[in-house]
Amino acid sequence: MLGSVARIAVACGGLFAAGAVQAAEVNLYTTREPGLIRPLLGAYTAKTGVKVNTVFVEKGLAERVAAEGERANADVLMTVDIGNLIEIVDRGLAQPVKSPALEAAVPASLRDPDGRWFSLSTRARVAYTDAKDYADLKALSYEDLADPKWKGKICLRPGQHPYNTALIAHYLVKHGPEKTEAWLRGVKANLAKKPAGGDRDVARDILAETCEIGLGNSYYVGLMRSGRGGPEQVKWAEAIRVVLPTFENGGTHVNVSGAAVAKNAPNRDEAVKLLEFLVSDEAQGIYAQTGYEYPVKRGAPVDPLLVELGTLKIDDTPVAEIARNRKAASLLVDKVGFDN
Amino acid sequence: MSPALVQTLRAPPLAWVAAGLALTGLVLSPLVSLAYEALQGSGELWPHLLEYVLPQAILQTAGLLAGVGLAVTLIGTGTAWLVAAYDFPGRRLIEVGLLLPMAVPTYIVAFAYLDLLHPLGPVQSTLRETLGLASPRDLPFPELRSLPGCILLLGFVLYPYVYLPTRALFLMQAANLLEAARTLGHGPRAVFARVALPMARPAVALGASLALMEALNDIGAAEFLGVRTLTVQVYATWINRSDLPGAAQIALVMLVVVIGLVAAERWARRGRGFAGTAQRPRSLTRTRLKGSRAAAAFLLGATPVALGFLIPAGYLAHAAAARIARAGIPETLPREILSTVLYAGAATLIAGAIGFLVAASPRLIARRAGAALIRVASLGYALPGTILAIGLLGPLAMADSALAAASTAMFGAAPALIGLGTGGALVTAYLVRFLAVAIGTCEAGLSRVPASLPDAARMLGRGPVATLGQVQLPLTWPALVSGALLVFVDCVKELPATLLLRPLNVETLATHLYGEAVRGTYEDGAVAALLIVIVGLIPVAILLRLGSRGQQALR
Repeated sequence: MLGSVARIAVACGGLFAAGAVQAAEVNLYTTREPGLIRPLLGAYTAKTGVKVNTVFVEKGLAERVAAEGERANADVLMTVDIGNLIEIVDRGLAQPVKSPALEAAVPASLRDPDGRWFSLSTRARVAYTDAKDYADLKALSYEDLADPKWKGKICLRPGQHPYNTALIAHYLVKHGPEKTEAWLRGVKANLAKKPAGGDRDVARDILAETCEIGLGNSYYVGLMRSGRGGPEQVKWAEAIRVVLPTFENGGTHVNVSGAAVAKNAPNRDEAVKLLEFLVSDEAQGIYAQTGYEYPVKRGAPVDPLLVELGTLKIDDTPVAEIARNRKAASLLVDKVGFDN
Repeated sequence: MSPALVQTLRAPPLAWVAAGLALTGLVLSPLVSLAYEALQGSGELWPHLLEYVLPQAILQTAGLLAGVGLAVTLIGTGTAWLVAAYDFPGRRLIEVGLLLPMAVPTYIVAFAYLDLLHPLGPVQSTLRETLGLASPRDLPFPELRSLPGCILLLGFVLYPYVYLPTRALFLMQAANLLEAARTLGHGPRAVFARVALPMARPAVALGASLALMEALNDIGAAEFLGVRTLTVQVYATWINRSDLPGAAQIALVMLVVVIGLVAAERWARRGRGFAGTAQRPRSLTRTRLKGSRAAAAFLLGATPVALGFLIPAGYLAHAAAARIARAGIPETLPREILSTVLYAGAATLIAGAIGFLVAASPRLIARRAGAALIRVASLGYALPGTILAIGLLGPLAMADSALAAASTAMFGAAPALIGLGTGGALVTAYLVRFLAVAIGTCEAGLSRVPASLPDAARMLGRGPVATLGQVQLPLTWPALVSGALLVFVDCVKELPATLLLRPLNVETLATHLYGEAVRGTYEDGAVAALLIVIVGLIPVAILLRLGSRGQQALR
């Protein structure tokens, strides 16, 4: 009797009540904006009938899950950056998952050997160049961006943004702290203006002739050209030509979006099934075709636009090692006053 | 000694003490939790922060606060005097319009201006065409992404915090004194400088301190405009430098500084209580302006309205119309409006009721304890939203554990997370963050109730609670409602705590807008942004109606 009263009281909370946890549901906490993965989740629900409840927590996802503790609602924890993903694992908020399907689909360098995190998609940090002036630019190295020949020609988003700290962390792995610092100072000296805005602003600023070259994620090119961000962005994308830069003696820097199964997941089995779906051919195709990302699964179909960018040669540094240098990269950004 | 005062010297009833302590506990819990977090840190990052981060952040913050303080004081006081002391064609319109920038969140204004003033935007394009320049490189244009840009932008959005109380003071209290000064032969300028301005100091100080708190805790506009204030660095220390304890340490040091500033503000206001009399206040007779002087007055008043509201709102309306023409109205919108209004409304009702009681507590219970309660209960406003939300995670989780234990003992089963998993977390965060706004306005309202009225009620045999309900509440009602409305608008605009604490599948207008901004589909976000502005306008409209009716009722 009292139990049912309590249940009714909880139910009466209406909008105030949590997404009721029942069978055939799975709760997704994500630092990735849900609109970007909605096509994927929609396909999953259509296929399996399992409802995916989402909450987009951009900052503090790990803190929230940690506070929720043993009775947490979270099943799947998804991030847009390898650093956040490793942090979740390091704080003991993820659980190991043993799944042949996941292990077969995700290359070993893009997942945890113990199954506590898996990459789901990758994107390259590429150069946007002025299409008018650099039609013939075939190759470019990240190291080259510190060359004084680019003085006053580079636009970048703030160095403290995770997309840039990940690249700087990668540079640290490749070249060590001293060379990385010198490189950062060189790039800083070449900036056309104070680092600001987002990756798309680089394309827009190139159109506005503020600068001639900058770095941005590969998928923004497709998103801008698709017209989903409005007709203005189509013009920005048309003003740029993409070059895939590499490290000297290496490949291109990539970052990943990935996911983990929460340690106290109330719907653990559903969580694993959702992850397995996300690396299936169907889902990897959606990643590539609606999000213009590179699939983690080899052989999954890629959008023609990505093919057009050229052949991506991913650098072989394990993403986890890049993530471990993220904090050092952030401190280096402070030290050289990159964002000042 | 008045009889009301005699009552306050008696020991307060136990229930009041318990309620006061519970509220103190609620407001202090995130601070205790942050202090605990701060103590976990080794402090190893401090040499780095002191060398590379904090000097610049302190300079930028000080510059921002000085600039915004000056801007809101000048614009707010100037416009308040303009509409209170002068009459000119269009004055009523300006008087109303000057409140409108309150409805627009700073991050939306920043975004609108970045777009409008971009080299490819309408302003620079038109300028280039007019001047016959081919390349954007040929047109030197000041960079909005700068400290001066941020100061101007925040100044033109936050000045209503000063305008609102200062105008009220000029209208309601000042008439007798101002007219006395006039009859003694002072011209309008001398009246303003020698009587109105000194008298308005408490209102200006209150408004400016609220505006400065907003500027200090602002993260959206500052981040967009590349101004790296201490608040921005608190976030960066937590997120990028992976040091939550370090972030908590900086946040707490900032809080101490803010408490110091608030104390200084109170000190500056000391002994400046301009107690009202029980006689009906008279409105100031306005000086009528004609011809070019009237036009100049209109332009002066219209400029802040245009810069702080019309231009950014017009931009939003334009972008929203383009989006609706292209893809229709987003389907999720009705639900998002409902959630927004529901959570903000719940927080507003609670904050209004508690705010009034806290503001009345020095009169109702005990003077010193009440005054202390007012200060403690207002602390949440001094913290940036995300930091407050992070601080609340621990206490909410503890409340959940306690509830689960109690429920297991009574019913044999623990419910789902109630503190953290539901809107309760959000309402709690709004309450702690914005209670100060409700308390502040109620306090100001109560201070205007002449002491002779409650004293008379008490002499006629009413108890303190009955006096509060039958005398002070009806007289303070307009202040209470306007305070509650400000809380509502603040809740609707609030972003960082909402983002962190909302339940699964719940989006508000602010989180919808943020999601679109993250995706870069700004045009789609314009509809939600415009709705936030419209929701923000409703209270402003009620505020105005209430204000005019309140004035009539007093006449």
